Amino acid sequence: MSIAGEPTAARSEGPVTSIGVRAPLVDGPEKVVGKALYAADFIEQSALVGRILRAPVAHANIMRLDTSKAEQLPGVVAIVTGDDVEKPYGVLPIAMNEYAPAKGRVRYRGEPVAAVAAVDVATAQRALDLIEIEYDELPAYFTAAAARADGAMSLHEERPGNIERDVHFELGEVEAGFAAADLVREQSFHNGEIFQVQSEPHATYAEYDAERDRLTVRPSTQVPYYVHLMLARTMNMPKANIRVIKPHIGGGFGCRTETLHIELICGLLARKAEGAVRLVASREETFITHRGRPETDTRLKIGLTREGRITAIECETVQRGGAYSGYGIVTILYAGSMIYGIYDVETVKYTGYRVLTNTPPCGAMRGHGTVNTRFAFEALLDSMATELGLDPFAVRRQNLLQAPTMTANDLLVNSYGLPECIDWAEKASGWKERKGNLEPGRGLGMACSHYISGASKPKHWTGEPHATVNLKLDFDGGVTLLTGAAEIGQGSSTVLVQCVAEVLGVDMSRIRIIASDSAITPKDNGSYSSRVTYMVGNAAIDAAEKLRGLLIDAAARKLEVRPDAVDCLGEIYRAGSQDAGLTFDEVALEALCDVGTVTVSGNFSTLPESHGGRKYRGAAIGGTMAFSYAAQVVEVSVDEDTGEIHVEKVWVAHDCGRALNPLSVEGQVQGSVWMGMGQAMTEETSFHKGLLVSGNMLDYRVPTIVESPPIEVGIIECADPHGPFGAKEAGEGSLSSFLPALVNAVADAIGVRATELPLTPERVLELIEKKKKAARMAQAAE
Amino acid sequence: MNSQKTLLSLTVNGRERDDVVADNLLLVDYLREVVGLTGTKIGCDGGECGACTVLVDGRGRHSCLTMAAAMQGRTVETVEALAESGCLSPIQRGFNEKLGAQCGFCTPGMIMAAEGLLRANPDPDIDEIRAGMASNICRCTGYIKIIEAVQMAAEELAS
Repeated sequence: MSIAGEPTAARSEGPVTSIGVRAPLVDGPEKVVGKALYAADFIEQSALVGRILRAPVAHANIMRLDTSKAEQLPGVVAIVTGDDVEKPYGVLPIAMNEYAPAKGRVRYRGEPVAAVAAVDVATAQRALDLIEIEYDELPAYFTAAAARADGAMSLHEERPGNIERDVHFELGEVEAGFAAADLVREQSFHNGEIFQVQSEPHATYAEYDAERDRLTVRPSTQVPYYVHLMLARTMNMPKANIRVIKPHIGGGFGCRTETLHIELICGLLARKAEGAVRLVASREETFITHRGRPETDTRLKIGLTREGRITAIECETVQRGGAYSGYGIVTILYAGSMIYGIYDVETVKYTGYRVLTNTPPCGAMRGHGTVNTRFAFEALLDSMATELGLDPFAVRRQNLLQAPTMTANDLLVNSYGLPECIDWAEKASGWKERKGNLEPGRGLGMACSHYISGASKPKHWTGEPHATVNLKLDFDGGVTLLTGAAEIGQGSSTVLVQCVAEVLGVDMSRIRIIASDSAITPKDNGSYSSRVTYMVGNAAIDAAEKLRGLLIDAAARKLEVRPDAVDCLGEIYRAGSQDAGLTFDEVALEALCDVGTVTVSGNFSTLPESHGGRKYRGAAIGGTMAFSYAAQVVEVSVDEDTGEIHVEKVWVAHDCGRALNPLSVEGQVQGSVWMGMGQAMTEETSFHKGLLVSGNMLDYRVPTIVESPPIEVGIIECADPHGPFGAKEAGEGSLSSFLPALVNAVADAIGVRATELPLTPERVLELIEKKKKAARMAQAAE
Repeated sequence: MNSQKTLLSLTVNGRERDDVVADNLLLVDYLREVVGLTGTKIGCDGGECGACTVLVDGRGRHSCLTMAAAMQGRTVETVEALAESGCLSPIQRGFNEKLGAQCGFCTPGMIMAAEGLLRANPDPDIDEIRAGMASNICRCTGYIKIIEAVQMAAEELAS
């Protein structure tokens, strides 16, 4: 709408704005026409088919493994076993204990023991059937309690008692804190094990050049660099002889933030077969490969004053980690450290046990380590608020931080939009008017959450910057953005193009991006811990500023003025408003004079004060440059006869610092909240004697479009002083608050408080029955 | 291989084809590995996710639950057929502009399900969109922007 008298004519040429714009994904068109190639789409006639043989027992020594009959089958080209690998792999340099295939011993049902490369699927499958294996079964433990019991055999010698890591810290005087409280409550919570169920099953395409001992791998991964490192390590190959090219990736949500046996076995097969191998996992194998969120038991104690001030927190967390270390140490540390960073609390005692069990290894699922603790905390806080007669919003407002600040465990909080998130969620949901006034069976619940914008200390500390981006400017006037950042569907390539276009003031179409090809693009640690926008975004800005400087210098030479007299208008560089100026193409050609094609490099490194503390072992985990914040209100209706919960609507506010792409922020926040809904309501991994019985998408129920609610997103922009254009993360922080908000809404609707998730209709009915029984007992006692 | 084979004559994306196919060959494998149309995806072990949805004689169908040999004389359309003169079709445009596709892996199946829905019902309400897309799983979007994408396409097709 224009106001009379205001100029409405299109503005004369000036810099194009690319930040804050609802930009569709730069790789969207190839996805919607079906041209985007994913790892399983490399179908070469000459390639062999890879297939993995998996252990039928949960814990055993391999006594005999005979592949001779399989090798004789016509059409079988290569077979690999644990004998083909010397070194273990793992994402944490301090905890590598997994072999692909297994070496001498298997520790979960479905662990790879051998693999075949053959001319076709049927031959590969027949070859697997011909491999003879004798197992000597060992005691197997399918729960954390069983694995921790006295006398239990250790899965790994270096992990006595099956404790991957125990974490203990007490900051402040916890007993004094509880003594100062008016209300202290303690509650146990349980979260089922869940899995990412990203749309694309795992796959890898590997080609080995025997003449030159070179390997090219296209894995379905979020971390091409880690895959590169682990291929070199387990295959004992020079890193320079390996090329990892990330194809399009069908989601990840954390199950691909570490190297998986799929890509390692595919590499081994290709080398042994001296050719190309296509290894595509089934959906069941993808479930078994796992790396989801562990089954968690949380015992939580909170002290509150009458006004709702938190005086102390005590938390004990036990995670069933699965058979190998993976990210386990980090997960159990996050579950404790991230109690901090959201509210003004000093006094916390945390005990965490990450337990090794004979189940598939868990990993770093979206909201890594923080989700189940946040569920317990926000649910218990809500019930205590009810007990004290306090409004849940008021309780949160009693405990707000003041940024900038350092938490008691030395986490840097530089920007803090939680107050604005809370205000938005309260207003948008009509909380004040509607809470307590809904029809029977309906309820409203709220909760808050936060997440890091990239882990400030990388796992593989090499002394390099956290992120590097290269920009190439050439004769055609095109700018090529080269990054290792792994686009997995979250929009990383789009946001990086936006950052560069914004600095240069040009339309995004002038920038083309090449992401994640180790032969071409700068190394990047990958897409995890919501690091890309913050870290790689800053590196992209740094590179673009350098390029802009070169272009301004070139324009100044051509215009015969000083550089500070040059106006950069994006497509036009000029000296003074009367000057017709030079086009971008003219300036680009001038910039190439004498030096040729220009490549500039931009970097980003985190501040040392963001690296977390040293007050306890592992205190660096949680350290980040910036936290995102979220608050959400969930409205439910509950059918008390069937136990069915229907989520009517969600209002979620997310403080992402600055929405570089509001369309993308909405998409990420909606996806996060919705993924939290799956965990809260239907998703659970189940085993029978170690056999994964929920390894398909019917028994493991992710929500369909039918039961998925509208999710209204409020974007809160509390700019971070160091974020790219002020931005923070948007893709994880609003997941965890869904879980407690749902449980709190159900409590509001029907007066029962769930402590075990997922909150299936069966569990709802049990809770209703319990409530009725308690009411009958109370009546009888009167 | 001693399985029976059939000479299959059908139309794929507007082109008539004749191929000798094994009787146990799934339509999805035929499309991806024989015809070379890898836009159609495999996301599960059979009938659970909808990523392989194609149109058979204009109606949505799981190509992972369909035998290629059963397509004798029929017309199969995949996501590759929709772009008109190299430009996005209304549904493709909706998914692109409304961010109905994030990772893009479920997208070809989603788009074909939406195509089938809008051909049968050009003006669906939100519940009809939900019902029409109910056998397609997306793990990125929470479906909100998928619904918006279909609505945008329906509006564009109506105008």
